[in-house]
Amino acid sequence: MYSEKTLNRFRKPKFSGEMKKADAVGEVGNFKCGDIMRIYLKVKNNIITDIKFKTYGCVAAIASTDMICELIKGKTIDEANKLTSKEVVKKLGDMPAVKIHCSVLGLNALKEAIGNYKKKHKKN
Amino acid sequence: MIYLDNAATTKVDSKVVKKMLPYFEKEFGNSSSIHERGLKAKEALENSRRIIANSINANPKEIYFTSGGTESNNLAIKGIAFASRDANKENNHIITTKIEHKCVMDACKWLETQGFRVTYLNVNQEGFIDLKQLEGSITKNTILVSVIHGNNEIGTIQDIEAIGKICKKHGVLFHSDACQSFTKTEINVVNQGVDLLTINAHKIHGPKGIGALYIKEGIKITPLNHGGGQERNIRSGTENVPGIVGFAEAVKIADKKNIPKMEKLRDELIDELLKIKGTKLNGPRNNRLCNNVNISFKGIEGEAIGGDLNDNGIASSTGSACAERNLDVSYVLTAIGCSHEEGNGSLRLSLSKYTTEKEIQTILKVMPKVVQRLRSISPYGKV
Ligand SMILES: Cc1ncc(COP(=O)(O)O)c(C=O)c1O
Repeated sequence: MYSEKTLNRFRKPKFSGEMKKADAVGEVGNFKCGDIMRIYLKVKNNIITDIKFKTYGCVAAIASTDMICELIKGKTIDEANKLTSKEVVKKLGDMPAVKIHCSVLGLNALKEAIGNYKKKHKKN
Repeated sequence: MIYLDNAATTKVDSKVVKKMLPYFEKEFGNSSSIHERGLKAKEALENSRRIIANSINANPKEIYFTSGGTESNNLAIKGIAFASRDANKENNHIITTKIEHKCVMDACKWLETQGFRVTYLNVNQEGFIDLKQLEGSITKNTILVSVIHGNNEIGTIQDIEAIGKICKKHGVLFHSDACQSFTKTEINVVNQGVDLLTINAHKIHGPKGIGALYIKEGIKITPLNHGGGQERNIRSGTENVPGIVGFAEAVKIADKKNIPKMEKLRDELIDELLKIKGTKLNGPRNNRLCNNVNISFKGIEGEAIGGDLNDNGIASSTGSACAERNLDVSYVLTAIGCSHEEGNGSLRLSLSKYTTEKEIQTILKVMPKVVQRLRSISPYGKV
């Protein structure tokens, strides 16, 4: 059902974990599916230098969020904000249609985190 | 692969395969034909019918072959519904439960669109119906009570004898879906007062696509398949003779001695898994199918546990929303009061006669690691 790339990400996520002094955190939950996603960002000069995630989720949620993290590391926050679910799924080598929404979860958490970051920096 | 998804389907026993093979190339006749080949097929068919009838204390002519559990359940429920309403249009009420297999549930839901009224009985935390609620739900318009015998998700075995008594007292027909319990616990349609019983082959090491409906003699039922008049006009269509022969062989070789063996492994699995922190057993400790284990793990999703177990060569199943096409948590788990999180974190391990102590030991070694890994990824992993 899942692609080998998805399964490999699920088996050995590179970005799972917590971040102590994150510059921004984004959390979203979709209780219909039961998934909860949290993303931590470190940002320097508008560039995402580090990223971590925690999820209460399924195989698709874990694998796609890990892929998102890889795709946005080193990018500016505006670039990261433009990442689409299509690109993520393509990188993972397809995903069952019913699972696409699980991969959107990571992106939503990312957008939440970026939004929080921008809000914080406007004030300062 | 350690196969612990036997509630979904089982490996066909090689003795069953051997019995079936001649009926593909050699004795391939149509049991309705009047020549030698046809007679041989007919003989095999009736012999199989006898074996299956004996196993539930029925008369051979009360056994009707179908394409499996889904068809038997549909035939039982819709067939009785239509036949009863044809007799008297006030006959329009059916009672079932909130933990039926999807095919019973959806047949009942469809009947609601056809003018029937359906009561879905609640179950308690262990999945048992309340007999008083059942009796209280029967009205003068009630025609049928349909209650699953052994539940496919949480293993609860209902007291069908007590249900049968209540139905008899009120002159209401009683149907039970026994796909999961057949050969795994005592079934005697006479003593237990069952009027219609659904069984199939692929849960008992027989082939897929073959099942039967027991219909007590004298009960009027409207057929769903019209055609050549096979199965005494109740189920038209050329009989699946190889499947039927395989079904009968599976019944014949089912050995009661496997039940306590599975129970022992089941209990070991339950006891040890419950030692992992943040776990909960779904379904009862007693009156539980000998091969069913269903446990919820806090903070992680069953779908992800299943993914990790698969990587470790273990086949399991889950009631998690993310494994479902419609993204809802299993309605059976919801009915026994599981929270969304508990339903999502559920894992079903179902054993068979082939399951070994060594396999159980392997799972018990793998499971804590899987749970720990997924909890380390989860924001709710600290339990
Ligand atoms: C309790 C129960 N009823 C009905 C069915 C459906 O049977 P079948 O797959 O033979 O149509 C199953 C198995 O899927 C089952 O477990």
